[in-house]
Amino acid sequence: MAKLRVGVVSPEREIWSGEADMVIAKTVDGEIGIMPGHAPVLGVLVEGGVLRVKRGGESDLVAAVHGGFISVANNDVSILAEAAELGSEVDVAAARDALQRAQSSIEAGQEDADIRLAAKRARARLRAAGEEV
Amino acid sequence: MGAQLRLLRRRISSVKSTAKITRAQELIASSRIVKAQQRMQAAVPYEQEITRAVSGVVSNTSSVDHPLTVEKEQPHSAGVLIVTSDSGFCGGFNANVLREAEALRGLLEERGIRAVPFVVGRKGVTWHTFRNREMGGRWEGFSRKPSYADAKTIADTLIESFKEENGIDEIHIVSTEFVSMLTQNVVVKRVLPLEVVESEAESDDVIPPYFEFEPNAAEVLDSLLPRYVESRIFSALLQSAASEEASRRRAMKSATDNANELIRVFTMQMNQARQAEITQEISEIVGGANALADAAAGKE
Repeated sequence: MAKLRVGVVSPEREIWSGEADMVIAKTVDGEIGIMPGHAPVLGVLVEGGVLRVKRGGESDLVAAVHGGFISVANNDVSILAEAAELGSEVDVAAARDALQRAQSSIEAGQEDADIRLAAKRARARLRAAGEEV
Repeated sequence: MGAQLRLLRRRISSVKSTAKITRAQELIASSRIVKAQQRMQAAVPYEQEITRAVSGVVSNTSSVDHPLTVEKEQPHSAGVLIVTSDSGFCGGFNANVLREAEALRGLLEERGIRAVPFVVGRKGVTWHTFRNREMGGRWEGFSRKPSYADAKTIADTLIESFKEENGIDEIHIVSTEFVSMLTQNVVVKRVLPLEVVESEAESDDVIPPYFEFEPNAAEVLDSLLPRYVESRIFSALLQSAASEEASRRRAMKSATDNANELIRVFTMQMNQARQAEITQEISEIVGGANALADAAAGKE
């Protein structure tokens, strides 16, 4: 079976690239699963989403992806993230800390877009690291 | 004679310490170029992908009438983003950029368009404040190590002004392009209204004409275009940072070479002066001795 060529890039560096059997990402319309032979798609990714790249034989590659796009054409999948982090690179303690801070300020009543965003990001990072949220 | 010798000694030691400083600056700049180049290269994949995505969308949707792509019939003002450095000691780097920006300003004014400068880098900002030029925006403090967040703040300001009713109608970037360690060129690019230029290396990469959009073309374009502008600005900042270090290295290298040449010349002059002094002393002693001997001979 044909394989997908996947590239995960952020503005400051290339985060990961390689071959995969399936890519699952979260767009603003909902989850999208890409397998080889998929029609060309250009989608907007949600803030604080989790990207999953399934590779036959190896364990899945999981990354927290904050905003950006997914573009699929000719079995080439590129994830253009504004910021992204591989699950294995996530600093779990820092993410937990960030989540707690965001939650406590939400509980304290100062709920604005920035804080909700921070909470979302922290949750995505924890999920990417395989933690329960 | 003795005074000249002392003067030369002092000059040599002062030139030597200058040479030490410029040499250190040269070495620092060399090591920084490598890092700046790495950052530049790390940003390339994203820029390529986003350019591909934008051209994909633009070639797909027959009628792109997004506010960011529409060209105004009667543009009356244009924003010019001028990328300079924060610190000096880098030869003609800033002067070249500012000269090019002035030329662009002249061109725009010929077309009857007012140029509004948006300036990055302390050197450019001082240049403009000294001339009492009004700036649309100014940013300092990150010319050596720009982050994507910096590019984003700049892009936000520019796009906001672009969208305003009486804001700017065009956006140009004047910055230095890093070609190699030895060659850096000042380039002027128009960013908005959008002209999607795909790099030639990818021209054989044909984009299929049946892209699907999630959620829809308009919304994708809405969030894609600002990212594209950000990425263009980010790449300009990175290239300018690398060019700054390269031209600093060059300027410091020629300063060190000059200092070494000066030290050589001064040392030669100093040796000559010392030799002349010794010769004179000897001839004075010999003359004195002769005079004494003559006087003694006359007595006898």
